[in-house]
Amino acid sequence: MDGEVLQAPSVDEIVAQLKAHCPCVEVTKTEERRVYAKVPAENNFKVCQFIHDNLTFEHCSTVIGVDYIDHLTVVYHLTNYYTGVMIELSADVDSENPHIQSVTPIWEGANWHEREQWELFGIVFDNHPRLERLLTPKTYEFFPFRKSYKLRGWE
Amino acid sequence: MADSIVPVKEIEEKMDTDKMWVIMGPQHPFSHGLWTLKVQLDGEFVTDADPIVGYLHRGWEKETENRTYPKIIPMADRLCYAASMTYTHLYCMTVEKALGIDIPEKAKYIRIVADEVCRIQSHLMWLAAVGTDMGNLTVFLWCMREREFFLDLNVKLTGARMTTNYPRIGGVRNDTTELFDRDILRTVDRFEKALWDIIALIDDSSIFVSRMKGISYLSREQVANMGLTGPAMRGCGVDFDIRRDDPYDNYDKIDFEVPVLTEGDSYARYMIRVEEMFQSVEIIRQAVAKVKAIGKNAPYRMKVPSKVPKGTAFMRMEDPRGESLMYLVSDGTDKPWRLKVRSPIFTNVSTSKAMCMGCRIADVPAILAQIDMCLGETDR
Amino acid sequence: MAYSSILDWIDFFKDPMDSPYYPFDTYNLAYDIGFKLHEIIGGTIAWLINLLFPGNGVSEWLMCDYVSAIMALLIFMILIFLVAFVSVLIVLWLERKLLGRMMDRRGTMIGMKGFLQCVADGLKTFMKENTIPKKVDKMTYIWCVSLIVGLSVLVACMVPLSSRWYVVDYQTGLLIIMAFFALAPFLILVSGWAQNNKYSLIGGMRAAELMISYEVPMLILICTAALAAGSFNIGDIVYYQNDHLWFFIPQILGFIVFFFCATAEAERVPFDIAEAEAELVEGWQTEYAGMKWGLIMLADYLRGTVSCGMVVILYLGGWTLPFIGDGPIPEIVFLLKAYFVFFLMVLLRAAMARVRTDQILNIGWKVFMPLSVINLAIVIVLKVGGLI
Repeated sequence: MDGEVLQAPSVDEIVAQLKAHCPCVEVTKTEERRVYAKVPAENNFKVCQFIHDNLTFEHCSTVIGVDYIDHLTVVYHLTNYYTGVMIELSADVDSENPHIQSVTPIWEGANWHEREQWELFGIVFDNHPRLERLLTPKTYEFFPFRKSYKLRGWE
Repeated sequence: MADSIVPVKEIEEKMDTDKMWVIMGPQHPFSHGLWTLKVQLDGEFVTDADPIVGYLHRGWEKETENRTYPKIIPMADRLCYAASMTYTHLYCMTVEKALGIDIPEKAKYIRIVADEVCRIQSHLMWLAAVGTDMGNLTVFLWCMREREFFLDLNVKLTGARMTTNYPRIGGVRNDTTELFDRDILRTVDRFEKALWDIIALIDDSSIFVSRMKGISYLSREQVANMGLTGPAMRGCGVDFDIRRDDPYDNYDKIDFEVPVLTEGDSYARYMIRVEEMFQSVEIIRQAVAKVKAIGKNAPYRMKVPSKVPKGTAFMRMEDPRGESLMYLVSDGTDKPWRLKVRSPIFTNVSTSKAMCMGCRIADVPAILAQIDMCLGETDR
Repeated sequence: MAYSSILDWIDFFKDPMDSPYYPFDTYNLAYDIGFKLHEIIGGTIAWLINLLFPGNGVSEWLMCDYVSAIMALLIFMILIFLVAFVSVLIVLWLERKLLGRMMDRRGTMIGMKGFLQCVADGLKTFMKENTIPKKVDKMTYIWCVSLIVGLSVLVACMVPLSSRWYVVDYQTGLLIIMAFFALAPFLILVSGWAQNNKYSLIGGMRAAELMISYEVPMLILICTAALAAGSFNIGDIVYYQNDHLWFFIPQILGFIVFFFCATAEAERVPFDIAEAEAELVEGWQTEYAGMKWGLIMLADYLRGTVSCGMVVILYLGGWTLPFIGDGPIPEIVFLLKAYFVFFLMVLLRAAMARVRTDQILNIGWKVFMPLSVINLAIVIVLKVGGLI
């Protein structure tokens, strides 16, 4: 994506850049060194590419899946190594047929995190190089971290 | 016969060698814990590697959804036996962030002291492992001896050696015990001298250095992209330490340096960790002085509500092994809706292929010692 | 019924060298002890039998020259082996205690300052189940361990402790010992193949790799010592050093290189790449369990002792002491010197890490080899100049 490349953007600059280049992103909250934003699942990859290329967020800390029963949410934590600013991107996906674009082509480090979220929540990361079970046995056919999988002691 | 001498290149083309998969683990002297590294060998050279984890997967994150917030503290201890203090600290910080409370100053400094003690003992354990992985038992035993003094400090402060169960949501469990500041200063003074002995044993030996220098080069861009964090990352030229650049608790009020090297080889990663131990000693000295200045009767713990308001919160911290992050989703009850742990080793071990490619099999333990495996947090 | 005195059967002052069946050229202490033991034990038995059945032939047959010589040889063999074995146990104990001291721990603590730990270990490995993996090549697998242990014991027994404590006194004794000594790496290579295990295979290959790196400089150094002394006979080399100068003074380079080569020959840290436990589990010994492993361990230490002994013979004047010569108990002097060399090896083990295969090849061919040739040149110059 074209546009100016900011190596060490401040929180305000990030918000402004996101507003200017990715109108689909909704910045919900900002704190000191923290930006919280929501992104539609289908635009996720493009926004991530922009954040990586133009805002120099070189590091993807985590990819987190959360089961809200009516929908699933994928949360990305992205870090800029020059300022320590973090962006929390959350993308809602459908709980019946969860699909989202994989960010592994952008950040190699997201590879295992996405594999883990796939095996635990069943969120399919499209274009992932190797979406296999990592922590749980290969024979599992269910997704143990979804709320539909009850633990002992749950009503 | 002179005319039978063929150019070396031609011989290489003619030689049809089979590649061999060697499965190192899950029970193998080099894997400090239960994990497997499949390496593909061409002669002695590694041409491919595939780490396999998950033998210790307990469903930690799911289990927490079944427990009230204070009950998760001792579970957080069990994430990593060597860095239990930092994980408990991280968990308490995350819940405090979700509650939106600010804990007493004294508790913040005591947490820093406890964290740095934990960091030193974790790094000593790593140094011990480096010794055995290169075939020297002296380094191992000397480091373990030094580590014992820091475990004694843990006992003095918390009553337990490794799984300390010490930080609490809203502070720490107890004040520093009597004469703790005297003991800790004595220990770190002694430790600085002893560490120089161990460094002399390793750095003055050309065998040790030649086993690490120039091996397993990683560039800065590669490291940032692969998500390698912690001392290994700083050895490859990424100038980033969460304690300094994204400070939590009171690390911004403490003066310390972050060692960074741009060599990017195994030796640089080793140097970073050793230097970090010296920096930890500095931090301990300052934080202990601060604790003493605050005074004996200052509060070290505050009352917190048992229910966390609805919402999400995350905190991250500089674990001895890298960046650890906890993400908490609460639904307004006294149990978390979801608690996710980002363990540094989980990502670091996924880079083992990039680290081992092109090295000899003899170097594989020496390289992977530099990421300081701990399986409890990797598999969770 | 004539009573015959026991002294009719035992003659304490009989000289074994007078016997027509005496197997050596010179006086041999071990054989002498065996001969005297047979005099006492055999003589007593012969006397007792004669008391019960006077005038029988068995008693006379027991004490005739021929039987005496055979029995003395048997006791001689047991004696030689026992001394070698006990000196190896002492080496084992020394290593554990010294390493313990260097690593700031206690070392073994069971009985007699920890010496009985060796016995406990032996018993323990003996009582372990003798498992043999299903897919190994059984014949090679078992024969390799037997041959490695057998060769090591053979070599350990062949090293003379003094001019009166030897098994054979060849003119080429040094070469024969080195030849038997160098056989074990071949067997390690074969057993690496036989075990059907990738770690063993790599370990066996590494043993071969290790051998080609140190064997050549080592042989050059042995020839240098023989050249300086003018003989391959161990006794000649030792007494030449006693008469002139211990070889480690003119050949200090050779001493250092030979010491490292001997460490590599014994497969000790830093040259234990064949059994590198960090990456290869236990290297070529991975599939050996129970007593087989215990015997291999024993063989390792036997080889360690022999390499120390070779260093002592070639460079430290063997069993002689300056100004004293042989002394009253040269065997003890020899063993003490060997233990001193072993102490240096333990120091090396405590301070060093394991080298890589390419590094040992580099060291062998780019450092040891030129140094040993330089050492040879120095010796030739000194010899031609008549200085040594």
